Amino acid sequence: MKLVTAVIKPHKWEDVRAALETIGITGMTVSEVSGYGRQKGHTEVYRGAEYDITLVPKIRVEVLLDEGDAESVIETIVNAAQTGKIGDGKVWVSPVESVVRVRTGDRDQAAI
Amino acid sequence: MLHSFAALAVTPQLDTGTTAWLLISAALVLLMAPGLAFFYGGMVRSTSVLNMMMMVFGALAVVTVVWVLVGYSIAFGDDLGLGLVGDPTQYLGFAGMLADDPAAAYPVTIFAIFQGLFAVITVALIAGAIADRTKFGTWLLFAGLWTVLVYAPVAHWIFDFSAGDHVGGWMANSLMAKDFAGGTAVEINSGAAGLAVALVLGKRIGFGRDPMRPHNLTLTMIGAGLLWFGWFGFNAGSALAANNLAAIVFVNTLLAGCTGLLAWLLVEKLRDGHATSFGAASGVVAGLVAITPACGFVTPIGAMLVGITAGAICSLAIGLKYKLGYDDSLDVVGVHLVGGLVGTIIIGLLASKAVTDVDGLFYGGGVDQLGRQLVAAGATFAFSFIATALLAIALEKTIGFRVHEDDEASGVDLVLHAETAYDLHASTGGARPHVGHGSGTLLP
Repeated sequence: MKLVTAVIKPHKWEDVRAALETIGITGMTVSEVSGYGRQKGHTEVYRGAEYDITLVPKIRVEVLLDEGDAESVIETIVNAAQTGKIGDGKVWVSPVESVVRVRTGDRDQAAI
Repeated sequence: MLHSFAALAVTPQLDTGTTAWLLISAALVLLMAPGLAFFYGGMVRSTSVLNMMMMVFGALAVVTVVWVLVGYSIAFGDDLGLGLVGDPTQYLGFAGMLADDPAAAYPVTIFAIFQGLFAVITVALIAGAIADRTKFGTWLLFAGLWTVLVYAPVAHWIFDFSAGDHVGGWMANSLMAKDFAGGTAVEINSGAAGLAVALVLGKRIGFGRDPMRPHNLTLTMIGAGLLWFGWFGFNAGSALAANNLAAIVFVNTLLAGCTGLLAWLLVEKLRDGHATSFGAASGVVAGLVAITPACGFVTPIGAMLVGITAGAICSLAIGLKYKLGYDDSLDVVGVHLVGGLVGTIIIGLLASKAVTDVDGLFYGGGVDQLGRQLVAAGATFAFSFIATALLAIALEKTIGFRVHEDDEASGVDLVLHAETAYDLHASTGGARPHVGHGSGTLLP
C-alpha cells in the first residue's frame, strides 16, 4: 500500500478533488497547511511598512492506495493542480505498512 | 404691538434648532469612541484587540466622569490669572449650571458635555501609541490624571473665549490663534502625548523585526467610517449653532476626508505600487484631523488643499518611527500630531474672510496669523510632551505602566482581561464540553 501526499495551491483543490473522483478515488484526507518552497513567500505592505510573509497557504491532500494505483493518481493530481506558475506544489508517495478500518477492524487492502 | 414683537425677536432665547443640533452633535462625537475602538482594534494583533478596545471604552468612562467632576471647570471656569487655567472649583460636578437660562440659545450643560466628549476622544487617541503592552489599570488612572493635568488646561487656552465678566485662556484671547474644533487641544495634544508615552514605555518586543500586521482591516475600515460620521458632530457641532457656518464646516469636513483618502492612495501607488484599504482608512482620518482646526476658516477649495496636504504628508510621516526608532504602534504621531500641525499651521495660509473674520497669507492677510498659529502649535506640543512624559514616568516608577514581557508575549487580552477575541475553530469552540487543544471546562 502507498500513501500519496500532495501539497497544492488552495484554489486548485476543487479541480483535484473532481479529477480524483473521476478515476474512482473515494476517500482522502485534506488539511490546510502553510509552507514555502524555492520561491519563498511574498511581500505585504501596511502603511508603507513592508512585511516578508514567508509562509504561503497550501492544501495538503493525502490518499491511501493500492500499490498499483499510485502512478495514475500522481498523474491525475499533477494534471489537475498544474497552473505552470511558480508555487504549484509537490506530490510524493510513501510506503504504508498497514491500514485498519476503525469501524470493522478490516485490515490492509480490505480497509482501503 | 408690532414693536413688542420686534423686541422679542432680538432678545436671545432658547433656540430649539441649535439645541437639537448640539444634542445630536454630542452623540455623534460619542460615536467616535467606538469608531476609534474599531479603527485601532483592527490594526493590532489578534491577541490584543480586546485590550485596545477596552482602552478606548475605559477612557470614555473615566474621562467623562472626571470631566463632569472637575475637568470642565478647569477648562471653562473663570481664569485664575495668566490665561493658563480655569477655576477648578467653579463648576464642580456641573454645580450652578443646571438652572434653565431663558436668555441662552442652548443649555450650557449640552455645551459642557459636548466639550467633555472632545476630551474623551483626545485621551482615547493616545492609546494607539502604546498598543499591546500597557497595564489596563494604569491606563485608566493615566486617562483621568491626563484629563485634569493636560487636556483641560490646553482646552482652556484655546477654547475658552472671554465674554462679559468671564476671562478665558491666553491662546484664544491674547494670542488670537484660530482652532475651530481642536487642532491644538485634540490633535497636536494627543499626538505629542502619544509620542511621550511611547518613549516612556519603550518598544514592543520584536518591534521592527517581527511582523505586527493589522489583524483585521475590515474592522479598521468600519472604524474609519464611523469616525468620519462622528466627525461631522465634532466639527459642524463646533459652530455651536445650526446655521450657515455649520453648513460650510460640514462641507469642508466631507471634502477634506475625500481628498485625504485620494492623496494617501496616490502616495502609496507611487511609492509601494498598490493602493491599499489601510491607506484609504488612514487617508480619511489624516484629512479629517487636518481640517478639524481649519474647517471654520477655509473655503471648500481650501478644505480640499488641506486634505491633500495632510494625506500626502501623513502617509510619508508614518515611516518616521522606523527611521527614528520609537514604537508609536498605531501612528498617533504620524497621523494626529503631524496632521494636527498641518491643519493648525495651514490656517495661517488658507484662511479666508469669505468664511469668517481672518485672511491667511495666500489671501492677502500677511504673516501675522501664520505666526500666531505657529506659536499655538509649538506651545501645545511642548507643554503636552513634557507634562505627559513626567506623568507617564511617575506612573511607571510607582505602580508600573508596562506589562511584564511574558504577559506581552502571551497577549494582553488573555493576561489582562481573561478573554480572547476570536475562537474560529468550531471543533474546539462549541458549546459542549470537549477535550484536546483549546479545550475548556465551564467552571461552576
